Amino acid sequence: MAIIVVDVMLKPEILDPQGQAVASALPRLGFTFAQSVRQGKRFEITVTGEPTAEQLAQVEEAAEKLLSNPVIETYLVRVEA
Amino acid sequence: MRVGVVTFPGSLDDSSALRAIRLAGGSAVPLFHSSDDLQEVDAVVLPGGFSYGDYLRCGAISRFAPIMRSIIVAAEHGFPVLGICNGFQILCESHLLPGALTRNEGLHFICRDQAVIVENVKTLWTRGYNQGDRIVIPIKNGEGSYQANPETLRELESEGRIVLRYADGNPNGSQNNIAGISNKRGNVVGVMPHPEQAIETLTGPSSDGLIFFSSILQELVGR
Repeated sequence: MAIIVVDVMLKPEILDPQGQAVASALPRLGFTFAQSVRQGKRFEITVTGEPTAEQLAQVEEAAEKLLSNPVIETYLVRVEA
Repeated sequence: MRVGVVTFPGSLDDSSALRAIRLAGGSAVPLFHSSDDLQEVDAVVLPGGFSYGDYLRCGAISRFAPIMRSIIVAAEHGFPVLGICNGFQILCESHLLPGALTRNEGLHFICRDQAVIVENVKTLWTRGYNQGDRIVIPIKNGEGSYQANPETLRELESEGRIVLRYADGNPNGSQNNIAGISNKRGNVVGVMPHPEQAIETLTGPSSDGLIFFSSILQELVGR
């Protein structure tokens, strides 16, 4: 069993009000380390056995067509060790 | 003239849209997401709401509903489609309209009567308005901030495809104060404000929205 992870993030030029809200909440807890925060989504797709090249290609396609909206988001597919 | 309204799981304003069509003098036809049968309607409205609970992204799952397959093919051949609020989001996710609708600046769900300017009166859905008309119709959304890349925005502006623009300040961070756009041909229109909630003064802030529905009916009668 392996997990294919797809990370989806808003493109840098797209306003991320959720990330901004998190960034402004951090100092209220005394955390002053953050210059900015961007919030994204993470998908964990479980497959049986080691992922094949074909499966990874299909996940790429799914990420492009469904998991992300390429107009506003970017994605990264990787296999979790 | 038969105008259909699609009900998705989580649609809210479908019955209001059906009522608006009837009030404008049309025959309102309820359509269901799980069938690809458009029941010989002459035009279709994708109503507001939270289809599929807004899971993943607003409109992202609805795009793959059987009825949308038929609507996408028909729209590419000139079939009239109006998307309101969640319907606008579905049209963007379906790539029938460019750009995307994202979380409102300030994160608030905004529900209020909103003044907008009608800038494009050439679309099938706005022909009954006069250029520059200022109308008041409700907005009610959490993800209504219109975003597109600079190239798309230039194209929308230069081709006069901005249908509605917010007046008296920008409620949600939409680029260029965009409240509604159309495709190149003008048969597909998406708007964030709710014309179907402003069809009579008894229940809405004005009857300004009714013209969306009378425009399409007049257009269809004239064919």
